[in-house]
Amino acid sequence: MFLPLLSADNWLREHPRQLGPRAFVDRAQGAMRIIAVDEIAEALGLTPGMALADARARVPELDSVPYDPQADAQLLDRLADACDRFTPSVALDSPDGLILDITGCAHLWDGESGLVTALATLLVRQGMTLRLALADTPDQARALARHGGELLRAGRRIRPSQINDVRPVYDGVGTGDMLTQNPEPMGIEALSVRALGLGEDRTTALHRAGLVTLGDLATRPRAPLAARFGADAVTRLARLLGEEDVRITPRRTPPALTCARRFAEPVARTDFIHAALHALAADAGAELARRGQGGRVFAVQLFRSDGARHRLQIETGQATRDPDLVMRLLGERIETLSDPLDPGFGYDLIRLDIAVAEPLAATQPGLDGRGDGAQALSLLTDRLSVRLGAGRVRRFAAGDSHIPECAGFTVPAGRPVLPLAEHAAPAGEPPLRPVRMLDPPQIVDVIAEVPDGPPRRFRWRRQTHDITAFEGPERIAAEWWKRRDGAGLTRDYYRVEDSAGRRFWMFRHGLYGAEKTSPDWYLHGLFG
Amino acid sequence: MIDSHPPLARLKRQIEALSPPLGDGHRGRASLGLSALDARLGGGIAKGAVHEVLPCTAEDGASAAAFALMLAARISGPAGKILWIATDAQLRRGGQPYGPGLRGLGLDPDQLILVTAPDDLACLKAASDSLACAGLAAVIIEAGETKRLDLTASRRLALAAERSGVTALLLRPGESVIASAAASRWQVASAPSVLLPGQAPGHPMLSLSLVRHRGGARPFDMMVEWNNDDRSFCEPTLLRGVSSPVERRQLAA
Repeated sequence: MFLPLLSADNWLREHPRQLGPRAFVDRAQGAMRIIAVDEIAEALGLTPGMALADARARVPELDSVPYDPQADAQLLDRLADACDRFTPSVALDSPDGLILDITGCAHLWDGESGLVTALATLLVRQGMTLRLALADTPDQARALARHGGELLRAGRRIRPSQINDVRPVYDGVGTGDMLTQNPEPMGIEALSVRALGLGEDRTTALHRAGLVTLGDLATRPRAPLAARFGADAVTRLARLLGEEDVRITPRRTPPALTCARRFAEPVARTDFIHAALHALAADAGAELARRGQGGRVFAVQLFRSDGARHRLQIETGQATRDPDLVMRLLGERIETLSDPLDPGFGYDLIRLDIAVAEPLAATQPGLDGRGDGAQALSLLTDRLSVRLGAGRVRRFAAGDSHIPECAGFTVPAGRPVLPLAEHAAPAGEPPLRPVRMLDPPQIVDVIAEVPDGPPRRFRWRRQTHDITAFEGPERIAAEWWKRRDGAGLTRDYYRVEDSAGRRFWMFRHGLYGAEKTSPDWYLHGLFG
Repeated sequence: MIDSHPPLARLKRQIEALSPPLGDGHRGRASLGLSALDARLGGGIAKGAVHEVLPCTAEDGASAAAFALMLAARISGPAGKILWIATDAQLRRGGQPYGPGLRGLGLDPDQLILVTAPDDLACLKAASDSLACAGLAAVIIEAGETKRLDLTASRRLALAAERSGVTALLLRPGESVIASAAASRWQVASAPSVLLPGQAPGHPMLSLSLVRHRGGARPFDMMVEWNNDDRSFCEPTLLRGVSSPVERRQLAA
């Protein structure tokens, strides 16, 4: 799918009925240059890359608008979201195209022609101008969409014959219905060599050699072509001719399992949506049980009839296929939404994707009827993770580092951590590390007898603490091997106790004299 | 005298039948490892109840947190799971729990799950949910000074704890005197430790005072030391019998 006038269409969505000629300009190579044009400007002969001054000289009434790549990217993203209803694997072809892999999806839309018509209708209604092509490989489809065929525009009826298609026609095969309606499918051989995307110089060279279409190239021996026009020319040619098939990288990895429900009449009532979701979860659960699997990540997509899409995702700590549990977590998730689900005119498609599935054997509950403690705990962490956010339910992990704050940190509870060898303190030692760490360390005023000696007294939170006992310094050097310049200040840690018996962990940042003339003191942790 | 009054006695019996006994230890008691302390508490700290831990002054917050962790370690044993729920504000002020430091107290960091809540309400909601989870041994709740944690809220926590057998340890900041349904209330202050050779700070020493107790224990003050190798409270080293220099030489040899 190619959207040649993405910028113009985007602008028109914001400012309806303000026709051009219009150019989208940005500063490049020391001058304001045209990045994109609308339909009228294009008809007047303005092309991207032209300086704005030249364009104004030619078309005085030209309206220039600053080019906004971010807004265009957002629109493309939204369009890709909308296309998720046709297939789970949609790839962005930035900045102005989308590639959909519809393998195995067409039958849901009454064949390929049905799918293509629905897709074109959806996007044209959104005010987009586009060119669609259908081919065996992504590269072929891309070339056909960008370099041939008819533009589909708002206000016109969509006919399947406007779609480029280069697949061979098989007589009597059901899926070929669209091809039989298509009287002269534009073959990939008829495309200009421009479709190779080799740049201006090499394209001109090909033209000079009398090679105008891909068909001219297809019959020639490849070795001389590679010698003259570069190895990538041959690779691209092979891809365009379908000899080499490179799959697309979808925006989201295709889910392990998908269950969807389409509605003839859009549904807007909450209880109805819940019932549909529950039925989907039950379907998915049955299928997962058949496979001996359970889902870890569940994504619900609600497609509104006006093209908007809502996406909810939940994760569970343990694989599950219990629809009630999934619904409970989804309920938590919906409750925490900052803007509640707005069904608008209603959803016409609800889909449940199980993005990650893991093996899950059937389990037998205990005879006493009480659940397993570990399972109850994992349910609790799931619920809290969904309600508060996964980053708020954490467990402790150990890092392989000397720097105290890197040696112990917390990670979200659902994430696996590598078990690290336990550094047990020798028996009889008091705790050498504080129970609570101040993050970041807090700067304190310290009085010490000698600049590189232990602290005698310090002031923290407007309280003066007289130090009666200390242990240290425990010298911890910066990780100089991680920095190119090898810089970084050494920390001298002291375990201190004040006159009231409070125990603190503090450090001097920088070696006196060697690294710093007046090192600062920081309070890093509190012992019990 | 009053009990003998028939209508009043009947009413009392009715009330007793209605409300489940709170914190009388029918879920069992966890020994604190120090016989003097256990004896005063009637056998240890009650499981399946709410216990409040308050710092004596604002600077004793870390000691109060450490005491709650020590209680949780006694209740959970070496493998039971402990959930620590704290609000962001409290963690910013009091500091983040630190894994190696927990290990220093004798706790396995894998036993602990940390939940941070954006505000007090979310903290209490999460607390009441986790008190219903039988997979936990103890829940440490660190909410700010909040009006939400009134008698009703603490009674709700106590009932949830009672039902599931999970022990709740409520860390309250400051000297709050709000009425609560807790089974016991402790005030904790740091105390100078018994210094190690070379004037180094020694094992954690806490000055505990039991302020109130539902089981009828009399309020008392006590100095205790925490032994992180045994995961248990013990008498301060100074109060133990002092060994003679000869014995010490033998020990060192």
